[in-house]
Amino acid sequence: MPEKPDKSETDPIVCLADVNQSFGDTQVIKGISFDVAKGEVICIIGPSGSGKSTLLRCINGLIEIDSGSIKVKDMEVHAPHLDKLELRKIVGMVFQQYNLFPHKTALQNIMMAPIHVLRQDAAEVKERAYQLMKKVRLGGKEDFYPGELSGGQQQRVAIARSLAMNPEVMLFDEVTAALDPETVKEVLVTIRDLAEEGMTCLLVTHEMGFARELADHMYFTDNGVIVEHGPPRKFFEAPEDPRTKEFLSQIL
Amino acid sequence: MFRPRNKRQIPPLNPKHRLAVLLPACNDELHASAAELNSDQPPVRRIRSVHLLGLILVFGVSAFAAETQSGAGQPSIPKTILIWTPLLLKGFGFNILISFMSMAIGTVIGAGLGVLQISLLPPIRLSSRVLTQFFRNSPWLVLLFYCMFMLPFEITIGGLRIPFPDWIKAVIGLSLPVMANVSEIVRGAVNSIPSGQWEASESLAFTRRQQIWLIILPQCYKRMLPPWMNLYAILTMATVLASIVGVEEVMTLAGQVLAADGRPELLVPIYSFVLVWFFVYCYPIARWTIRLERKFAVKS
Repeated sequence: MPEKPDKSETDPIVCLADVNQSFGDTQVIKGISFDVAKGEVICIIGPSGSGKSTLLRCINGLIEIDSGSIKVKDMEVHAPHLDKLELRKIVGMVFQQYNLFPHKTALQNIMMAPIHVLRQDAAEVKERAYQLMKKVRLGGKEDFYPGELSGGQQQRVAIARSLAMNPEVMLFDEVTAALDPETVKEVLVTIRDLAEEGMTCLLVTHEMGFARELADHMYFTDNGVIVEHGPPRKFFEAPEDPRTKEFLSQIL
Repeated sequence: MFRPRNKRQIPPLNPKHRLAVLLPACNDELHASAAELNSDQPPVRRIRSVHLLGLILVFGVSAFAAETQSGAGQPSIPKTILIWTPLLLKGFGFNILISFMSMAIGTVIGAGLGVLQISLLPPIRLSSRVLTQFFRNSPWLVLLFYCMFMLPFEITIGGLRIPFPDWIKAVIGLSLPVMANVSEIVRGAVNSIPSGQWEASESLAFTRRQQIWLIILPQCYKRMLPPWMNLYAILTMATVLASIVGVEEVMTLAGQVLAADGRPELLVPIYSFVLVWFFVYCYPIARWTIRLERKFAVKS
């Protein structure tokens, strides 16, 4: 594994400061702050309903925040006149339910955004889409429709689709939660490849083994706040907060 | 371009296929699948064999009953009807024409209105919603009357005079409720697309317009087809409303035939005759709709 840059030496690429968000009367995120350095892999874990997925959606502007600041590459995500195109070129996202476009083939799914959003040359995009399919180990499945692929394969196409925009940060929202146990691994391997290439990754996950192996930093959220965080070794072996202890004892 | 190849790869795995060699002696499940196979055939055949029979029976019995009442020296009932058939068919053709045109106009405008209903701009969304609900919840006949009496008999654009005959007014009058219903079909189909599709396309930086036209609507067409066909069948049956406002369609002509012939016993046979035509025309559409609904339900 290549040497990961030290967090303190590089500028953070994602920067959250005192983020608050609520749906109606329910406050989902209560003052969360953290930085993510370029090339860093962070894993967010926590019980369901603790605001993990919402947090990721706030980072790429899918959900508006009430107060606080989220900066991606010095771009304020919740500024009133945000260039959403610019933000989403930098931040890619992969969802729990894959959300592939069912009326398009795997290859077309990957090609759509670069062609229609970035207005890149179709032939070049196609070339790159083939490469991406190979990268996620799905060479030969280019002309399959999402309905003809397994969950794990669909999820890998979804990752390739996101990568086609050449993002600098990838958000993974419980990407293996809807998968069969035997296909979880193929998706995790793809994510690990990415992380090893130096992609900045924010993962919301329940795959503790994977998080422990890959993460540079762990965050445990409960009830909208970060309860505990730290490097994975310390986080898993010597958790301090009783809630973290309880959660880990249930899940491990 | 890629699709056919994949499609062709699938059939051998289709459990519905009847491989005689593998058929157990008696298996309820396979019988059921055999029945499903039959339902895949064009529905027209089923109508002729079963359902139409009842209607024709009604027609036959009423014709026979009328026959017994008619006096001597008059031509027989079937013969009388046969004489008038070309005229009645012309009227029926007119009904079909009206239904086609109303459907075309209503679909085009209604689709536009449906897309406006999912606009993010509140004024546009609200006004299109009000318009849709207004025409959807108005009696068709009232709308028809409105168009009959509110529209001018001709319009002059520059030096050009465009006449507005009654049947054109009927087409417009009927296209209004069609428009509103199509608008609701579009809105319903868009709402039925999982929110993840919006999220995914938004996260890929598609603009709202691109999301609608490239990702959401293409997935809606299939879902919209069955209710749209259903609406067409209903519209076709509603075209006879035009008779009330004096358009020379099949019901008007049937009335005229009865008046000309002056034989009250003809009434039931003639109207049954017309009923049979509508049934023959609309029932296959209904069957086909059900088939499509089942097919899409299985896929999604």
